[in-house]
Amino acid sequence: MNRKYLGYLFEIAWILPSVAVPIAFMVAIVITAFAVGIAVPGDAGRVDPKALSTTAPFDQPGLRELAPGRYEAVVIAQLFNFSPGEIEIPAGSKVTFIVTSRDVIHGYKIEKSPINMMVIPGQISRMTTTFDTPGEYYIYCHEYCGAGHHLMVGKLIVTPAKTASTNR
Amino acid sequence: MATARVSSVSITAERAEVGVFATEYRLTGLNMLIAFIALAIGGLFGVMQALQYNGIDLYKPISPILRGGYYQGLALHGVLNVLVFTTFFIIGWLTFVTSRSLGIPLASRALGWTTFGVMTSGLLIAALPLLLNNATVLFTFYPPLKADPLFYIGLTLVVVGTWLLLINQVMMLRQWRAANPTARIPLPAFMAIVTMTMWVICTFGVATEMLFLLIPWSLGLAPGTDPVLARTLFWFTGHPIVYFWLLPAYISWYNFVPQQAGGRLFSDPMARVAFILFLILSTPIGMHHQYTDPGISEIWKLIHAIFTFGVFFPSLLTFFNVVASLENGGRARGGKGWLVWVFSLPWREPSFTTQVLAMILFAFGGAGGLINASYNINLVVHNTSWISGHFHLTVGTAVTLSFMGITYWLVPHLTGRRLWSPTMALVQAWTWFIGMGIFAHWMHMLGLLSMPRRTAIGAMREIHPEWEPLLPMVAVGAIIMFISAILYYLNMVLTITAGKKDTVPMVPFARAVSGPEDGPRVLDNFKPWLAIAFTLIVINYTPTLIRLVSEMQFIPGIRSW
Repeated sequence: MNRKYLGYLFEIAWILPSVAVPIAFMVAIVITAFAVGIAVPGDAGRVDPKALSTTAPFDQPGLRELAPGRYEAVVIAQLFNFSPGEIEIPAGSKVTFIVTSRDVIHGYKIEKSPINMMVIPGQISRMTTTFDTPGEYYIYCHEYCGAGHHLMVGKLIVTPAKTASTNR
Repeated sequence: MATARVSSVSITAERAEVGVFATEYRLTGLNMLIAFIALAIGGLFGVMQALQYNGIDLYKPISPILRGGYYQGLALHGVLNVLVFTTFFIIGWLTFVTSRSLGIPLASRALGWTTFGVMTSGLLIAALPLLLNNATVLFTFYPPLKADPLFYIGLTLVVVGTWLLLINQVMMLRQWRAANPTARIPLPAFMAIVTMTMWVICTFGVATEMLFLLIPWSLGLAPGTDPVLARTLFWFTGHPIVYFWLLPAYISWYNFVPQQAGGRLFSDPMARVAFILFLILSTPIGMHHQYTDPGISEIWKLIHAIFTFGVFFPSLLTFFNVVASLENGGRARGGKGWLVWVFSLPWREPSFTTQVLAMILFAFGGAGGLINASYNINLVVHNTSWISGHFHLTVGTAVTLSFMGITYWLVPHLTGRRLWSPTMALVQAWTWFIGMGIFAHWMHMLGLLSMPRRTAIGAMREIHPEWEPLLPMVAVGAIIMFISAILYYLNMVLTITAGKKDTVPMVPFARAVSGPEDGPRVLDNFKPWLAIAFTLIVINYTPTLIRLVSEMQFIPGIRSW
């Protein structure tokens, strides 16, 4: 066979999987994001960082139980702590985190969970997940925010489920 | 190697050519000198960071000079290494590649010196607030962290300076086309021009951020600035900037490494297609750095994710083409078998080995990059030390180690002095490869354990017990790289000052197995590709930018360091 055509065959043999493999990955991602529900934060609205003390829900940061096992955690990130810094929930709780910043850009990452958000002054960051395994989890500010950035650590405590009734 | 025996005739010709390109060579050399001084200073802070993770604080002893401690060092590490080192090296390198490939000097040498002058003044202006701890905002300078206006003005000048090289390249291409109306553009020049075109297009983002948001605000002319809008404009440039770093390394992998391997480039048309795809796809994907940002809709994030997967394709083409070229070289040198030909490659040749080692680590960096690009999988790693580990494989190795490899032949060629010690250069390449492999592996691991990036880990109130056994390996990797860097700089200083005087010929541009005549001529016509590139940018950015501008808030600046 002509050497040149042999070269083309090699090229095609490489190109086909180079197209197919990324497409397969992308399909898997779309399924997990929109059917399984492992969603990234989206556009959840704006807020005036100078008026947090008079703007709901940030006028009352903290944890609220909306329904049994269903919580909302309203958090303000600021130089150099989270308010509230410690959140305690029973295992199996589904929690929506609603976070904003009072000053500069911060981050909000809870270890061993999908919660990972940028926290930007003027913007509301929102994510929901369920915590099944009891334990203590660190919450890190993961964006450089100033001289005390490394001190900006919170904690999520997942207590064993209150009633020993159902799960497992 | 083919270049080992050079006839006296070609030496004379070589001397004459070097004379023709004297100004270009001087500009290339000066740009690279500044680049590697920046890398030396920035790199020192990198080692200090890895030691700080392990409780060894070297910031106190230098606090009379640099008051800002860890984070000022981090700002210097980032700005000097990924902004200054890369940009200056690339401008020097592309000046060299364009003029040697087209065989003509810069169209305007005055413009060439202006490029250098504007960039250098910008660097000096930005360096002042950085050194005085008035710009400890890291290389991403996210507002509302507010630096001294000189920092923003200086960086803007550096970027504007780089644009002038494209003007020179376009004028040179016109001259060359007038003299060669039917010939195909030589591949190295084609690639250099595509790289600069992509860069000029994508820097509209950061230029807009600087001119309309950050500079007026830092001068006190605006009451505040909008952080999400600023981030979006930053990443408009901030993702394609990685291709601005990478493509000049690719230029070497496509056009010089096959020659150094003793073979030919596998396919010239495939290489051109890859570069055209980079031109089209590098920019409309920047929001994949903002997957976890509020204020941007999931749909646009997903669209940018899909296009990011698209830009993975030309990198896969490059992988194939470069490895096939290496195989061509290995077989030309008598190599046999499916893989055994690898051992026939010229592993004693420092420039070759350095760049091939850079390619090997880049394969891992590329795989990690695909993970980062994967929309919701990014939630596991976003802003953790995984990301720092990732870009130390890409820009810190694929780019930096390749640039070092280029200097192993280019500095002797530019200075007319032989490389002081090829053996030392080989040791340097391998120690960088090993040190970076260790460093990056453990940074990735720590990232999976949620260790945040850009954080003074050693100063935390509590270090996560799961991190503690892994942290020492970060320092081990950094120290090995530090030794590698000492070997590099020692070798370079000795080459320039004490290397044996000789006429060192340039590594010839590689010829191709399948030449440009096998690809369509439309590849050399930039207009249709530019039209597609602009269209994709408009589609992928306009809706989000219009909304962000219409909702703009004025958030006041803060100095929190």
